[in-house]
Amino acid sequence: MKAASYGRAPAGTQPNYLYPQYVSTCKRSPKQPLILLPHTLSELTGPVFGHSEIGENDNDLTHQHSGEAQGERIIVSGRVLDEEGRAIPGALVEVWQTNAAGRYRHRVDQHGAPLDPNFTGCGRVLTDREGRYRFVTIKPGAYPWQNHPNAWRPAHIHFSLFGAGLLSRLVTQMYFPGDPLLPFDPVFNSVPDENARNRLISISFSVAAKPLPWRYLPERLGNVRRMK
Amino acid sequence: MTTPPTASQTVGPFFHLGMAHLERGNFVAQGIAGERVTIRGQVLDADGNAVPDAMLEIWQADSSGRYGGEIFPQNSATPRFLGFGRIETDDKGEFSFTTIKPGRVASPDGSLQAPHIVVTLFSRGLLKPLRTRLYFPDEPGNADDPILKLVPQERRSTLMARCSGQRGAKNVPENAPPKIFDWKIVMQGDGETVFFDY
Repeated sequence: MKAASYGRAPAGTQPNYLYPQYVSTCKRSPKQPLILLPHTLSELTGPVFGHSEIGENDNDLTHQHSGEAQGERIIVSGRVLDEEGRAIPGALVEVWQTNAAGRYRHRVDQHGAPLDPNFTGCGRVLTDREGRYRFVTIKPGAYPWQNHPNAWRPAHIHFSLFGAGLLSRLVTQMYFPGDPLLPFDPVFNSVPDENARNRLISISFSVAAKPLPWRYLPERLGNVRRMK
Repeated sequence: MTTPPTASQTVGPFFHLGMAHLERGNFVAQGIAGERVTIRGQVLDADGNAVPDAMLEIWQADSSGRYGGEIFPQNSATPRFLGFGRIETDDKGEFSFTTIKPGRVASPDGSLQAPHIVVTLFSRGLLKPLRTRLYFPDEPGNADDPILKLVPQERRSTLMARCSGQRGAKNVPENAPPKIFDWKIVMQGDGETVFFDY
């Protein structure tokens, strides 16, 4: 049997471990060369998730409490695709983010912005047969961090995705179009290739065709790797 | 036309918010076959400082060397081994989980790999995850393991858990208390753990 394998990502489309402008990488990036691993069953298999762990409001972050979350309600939707544009059905998509004021509901977040009692900021969903996912949420806020003087992270939503096997595992961040903080953000700019970097930015706002009381944000994250 | 995979970005320091729901310190349920083991360790940075905001994702075969399918539902009639789970480090950078020693899994050339646990490490400061493997000491299969053979001899010990000689008091169903193994993950510098690229 010929071993199945994945292609390697084209140069520059993934960040390197060391990106000194993002200071935390300096002490946490390996210095020894990585060892290229053949793809064995241990890498080609991976967890498969079912619906039983997904709760009713897990994809609506605005309705996980007794009251409504504060802030600008948005829909974040898109498809999870492989390199050839084929849909990945049943992929677990997990998201987490700040509230509208730029505060995480997390014990180590020191930002002085207020917590929203009606917003936790995490969600999960499985992609449908066309690889689609959809979240209703609040547009997250920017927040300061310690990386350099007057450093502010641009608004972003963390995405964690499981594809068909362990090699497809992807954790990334989705940014918002036109954010003036993006050119200064070392996490965003750690991706060398400009096109690859810009694919982390969601497509421009447009108004929903259906009369939703929210602005509609089509999103194009996608492209989890899959076995060829 | 092909589109490259979306670029990886760090999980940041607040990942627990979205990822904690798959955390588990114990992979073993009643009726699951296999030798119970507890893996305890610590994640360290280049200065030997503890990394308190890291998360390990574990993937392993069951005791017969088979990788599981569906993680959920967990309430099926026959007990199944959950080969996937997340373990976060605490304020001291320490982690611990109890599982079964995995069986041997086939390698692409048809030979058998030595028992191993695949570990994917995420943390603030990692723009993409670090991928490594944990092996068990004194396994007859280690000498011929096709992956260990790719690793320079002097660095192989970084992938090898150390038998502590202790047994855990953890409340794990059936059998004796699990045998405890120690394993350190060094992200950079002296004794740097071997990390893999695919």
